[in-house]
Amino acid sequence: MRRGIREYSLWAIGELLIVAGALIPVLWIISLSLKTPATVADQSFIPQEWSLENYETLFEGGIDDSPFIKPLINSIGIALITTVISIVLAALAAYAIARLDFPGKTLILAGTLAIAIFPQISTVGPLFDMWRTLGLYDTWPGLIIPYLTFSLPLAIYVLVAFFREIPWDLEQAAEVDGATPFQAFRKVIVPLAAPGVFTAAILVFIFAWNDFLFAISLTSSDASRTVPAALAFFTGESQFTEPTGSTAAAAVIVTIPIIVFVLLFQRQIVSGLTSGAVKE
Amino acid sequence: MSEIVLDEVTKRFPDGTEAVKKMSLDIPDGDFVILVGPSGCGKSTALRMIAGLEDVTEGELKIGDRVVNDLAPKDRDIAMVFQNYALYPHMTVRENMAFPLKLAHVDGAEIEKKVNEAAKTLDLTEHLDRKPRALSGGQRQRVAMGRAIVRDPQAFLMDEPLSNLDAKLRVQMRTEVARIQARLGTTTVYVTHDQTEAMTLGDWVAVMRAGVVQQVGRPTELYNHPTNLFVAGFIGSPAMNFAPGTLSGSKVKTPFGELPVPDGVKAGAGEGERDVIVGIRPEHFEYAQLVDSEAREHGATFKAKLDLVESLGAEYYTYFHLEGTRVDSEHLSEVAADAGLGEIPSAKAGDVSMVARLDEMSEIEEGQEVELSLDTRRIHMFDPESGDNLAGTPSGDGAGPGAAKAAEKPVGRSSGEAPAEESSS
Amino acid sequence: MTSRTRSERRLGWMLCAPAVIAMLLVTAYPIAYAVVLSFQDLDLRFPEEGGFVGFDNYASVLSSSLWWTDLFNTLFITVISVSVELVLGMAIALVMYRAIFGRAVVRAAVLIPYGVITVVAALSWQFAFDPATGFVNNLPLIDDDKAWFGERFSSLAVIIMAEVWKTTPFMALLLLAGLTTIDEGLYEAAKVDGANAVQRFFRITLPLMKPAILVALLFRTLDGFRVFDTIFIMTRGAQDTESVSILGYNQLISRLNLGLGSAVSVLIFICVLLIAFIFIRGFGARTQDGRVA
Repeated sequence: MRRGIREYSLWAIGELLIVAGALIPVLWIISLSLKTPATVADQSFIPQEWSLENYETLFEGGIDDSPFIKPLINSIGIALITTVISIVLAALAAYAIARLDFPGKTLILAGTLAIAIFPQISTVGPLFDMWRTLGLYDTWPGLIIPYLTFSLPLAIYVLVAFFREIPWDLEQAAEVDGATPFQAFRKVIVPLAAPGVFTAAILVFIFAWNDFLFAISLTSSDASRTVPAALAFFTGESQFTEPTGSTAAAAVIVTIPIIVFVLLFQRQIVSGLTSGAVKE
Repeated sequence: MSEIVLDEVTKRFPDGTEAVKKMSLDIPDGDFVILVGPSGCGKSTALRMIAGLEDVTEGELKIGDRVVNDLAPKDRDIAMVFQNYALYPHMTVRENMAFPLKLAHVDGAEIEKKVNEAAKTLDLTEHLDRKPRALSGGQRQRVAMGRAIVRDPQAFLMDEPLSNLDAKLRVQMRTEVARIQARLGTTTVYVTHDQTEAMTLGDWVAVMRAGVVQQVGRPTELYNHPTNLFVAGFIGSPAMNFAPGTLSGSKVKTPFGELPVPDGVKAGAGEGERDVIVGIRPEHFEYAQLVDSEAREHGATFKAKLDLVESLGAEYYTYFHLEGTRVDSEHLSEVAADAGLGEIPSAKAGDVSMVARLDEMSEIEEGQEVELSLDTRRIHMFDPESGDNLAGTPSGDGAGPGAAKAAEKPVGRSSGEAPAEESSS
Repeated sequence: MTSRTRSERRLGWMLCAPAVIAMLLVTAYPIAYAVVLSFQDLDLRFPEEGGFVGFDNYASVLSSSLWWTDLFNTLFITVISVSVELVLGMAIALVMYRAIFGRAVVRAAVLIPYGVITVVAALSWQFAFDPATGFVNNLPLIDDDKAWFGERFSSLAVIIMAEVWKTTPFMALLLLAGLTTIDEGLYEAAKVDGANAVQRFFRITLPLMKPAILVALLFRTLDGFRVFDTIFIMTRGAQDTESVSILGYNQLISRLNLGLGSAVSVLIFICVLLIAFIFIRGFGARTQDGRVA
């Protein structure tokens, strides 16, 4: 092969740079979380002294007093519920858009796109006011509802793209072969649609998990404050210690599982993110 | 001089498959050479090696007098026409054709002149400012040719340029391509899987199979003197008929009856009996009653029940089968597979159908049993194992690809036997 | 119209209804409400005062230098981030498309920033550049005492770096999708026509990627304009690094001045519309299906 060492090493260097660039901030925050409070300011990339103290501090005080457990539960619960509801609503709409013909279809799709670019800040004020009046301020539904709104465009977009790829005549073939419409749907369509639904679910979950603006605007206490919001207001052990260590530990706890998840399902995520964006 | 020389050129892929095996070919300056063969025979790979789009694993490749193995495509002074044309969609026809000249820093006025000239030759002048997506298939094909012509290269390389056109257009464009090449006199290497194109277009035709050149020669040579079973079965449409036979002395026993052995067949007379495969082209059958007395000397008659009769106006194609005509040969199975015959159930079971081309005056009807005659001077005989034609080396006219080697071995590099170790295919 | 078509239509609407309602509920209604609020003097700390004040709020905002500073910051951050992301994203996309080995590793690595919460990314970058705890100041060629967050433009620089890190993956993926639509044969034809790698990139790849690049730019610019999380975490807007979204948040949630805050919100909305308009009409950005007119 004419491919010289030179070509291989150039690619290797380029790829190394990219991988390093992607990993360094993550490694850094892990490193910080493992530093002892004494050495947290030692300015070195790798911890000179290791300890799991920061992690212990997070869970001190049990479910009620720990600065972290409640927000973690809030995040998980709210993200899961948002995902489930969002996927159901989006799947219904996507099924209609991909399969049926009705006036207003294009309008709905255009509207979906419009919402995707909508500045969330513009809704914060009214929502704040409305939720206080309705008693939804600082509650789980108070966050779930806006999350639904802003994740639906993403979910619908992805699901429509996936559903368009399903050969719907398989359903008819199954019925000709003797299946009832419901059986045909269950045994033929559902397995084909499953990957798309799964992908959309992942994307919605990450979206809800990631939100910050609504979390800090529409919550005020542990009742519904999620992790990103909690992180912003972390204090250390006392008023005088920098919360760097425990903040880093909290950050690691919410990040590593997601990264593992993302790596496990990369193919689905990539296809979901680029679906419909440029297709041929 | 812009002749192209391949000297034992081999292409081996990283996984071990050899797409081209020790191919040697001398293409004289200005000649039109066709590489033909079934899918996967290595013809496109060979072309791409000449172009520089594939590396040459072993062997030497020369264009003009330069060894070009390590030269990039752009330094080889060749132009290529791709199967799907590869026209730049974002450029107009004019810009497409001007692109290579611009890259070569040719002066603007000169570019203008060359593009207009090429456009005129190809009847594209009114389309110069349109984009490819606004053109028909035939027009796009001409733009692809135009892009090659403007460069006035040492050689044209064409990779199945007509296969994406519909049948009628293909026939039209075929003559266009021939005309342009004759006018420009540029050395041309043309790849196709259509043996009709090969026969009508080329000065020389090289038949390839599984990476090995089977035979190189003029179209008529390949037709009348195929060196092996594969070439015999591949060239000619409808294909040659094959039947098993037993050769002893100067006679061969066939399902048609006992036939005299034609002159020139190295039968190894007196060596007892030997199995052979007999081949006869459809046009060498005749309706027995139409055969005149002179021809009757060389004719052998036999009776056959006609399964199907197709009238083509000027002649008939008729299909019949005889007992014991089934031939099992791996040399032929590849030809059959390429023709799609493997897919037709009737073609696989039992006896094989034979085809005859009969004169329009023949009084024949489907289902009839008729008497047919075949010209015994025109039968071919092949060794069932090696596939080699028992008639020995054809007499070429001494010129052309691989002619220099004709003295010691068959023209080009033809080996009728399948390579000892078949690489995974 | 057959009854079949009619029932198909009805089914279509019914299936879409829940999603549509959910979306409109939190967007159409609030924005209308925000417009209404913006015309009022409504400070929740002094709820007794207040009433219709017409365009006064808008006048206050547009004449305040803070708004213009913030607008500048927002545009500054957006333009620079998006430009950097475009170049980096293109490079990464090319690596993911063309590398002769290791493509899967690169793809995996590139997805990591996507999985990291923006707040976490901001914290990580902040801690890295913090003079007390960070490792950046320890690096050669960098002043040990540099107070990155003490000055406006160095703060903006770190903010931009964090934003670029977080969102380049998405850009790279969009561009990669665009790359895959280009017929390989075109590159071969160009090679034969005499183009080297650089020429092939600028004359074949880039022109054919124009639609994908425009879509990517459109989405990223609109996204970038809404920058909030990173700035909030790193500086909370200090050193004149506020963005318009932070301004809105401060007015609405911190100062509970719903009137002014809503005016800011509406102005932000108008800016976003303007940007979208410029891209679509001006540059001709189109998504698949020509959904964007």
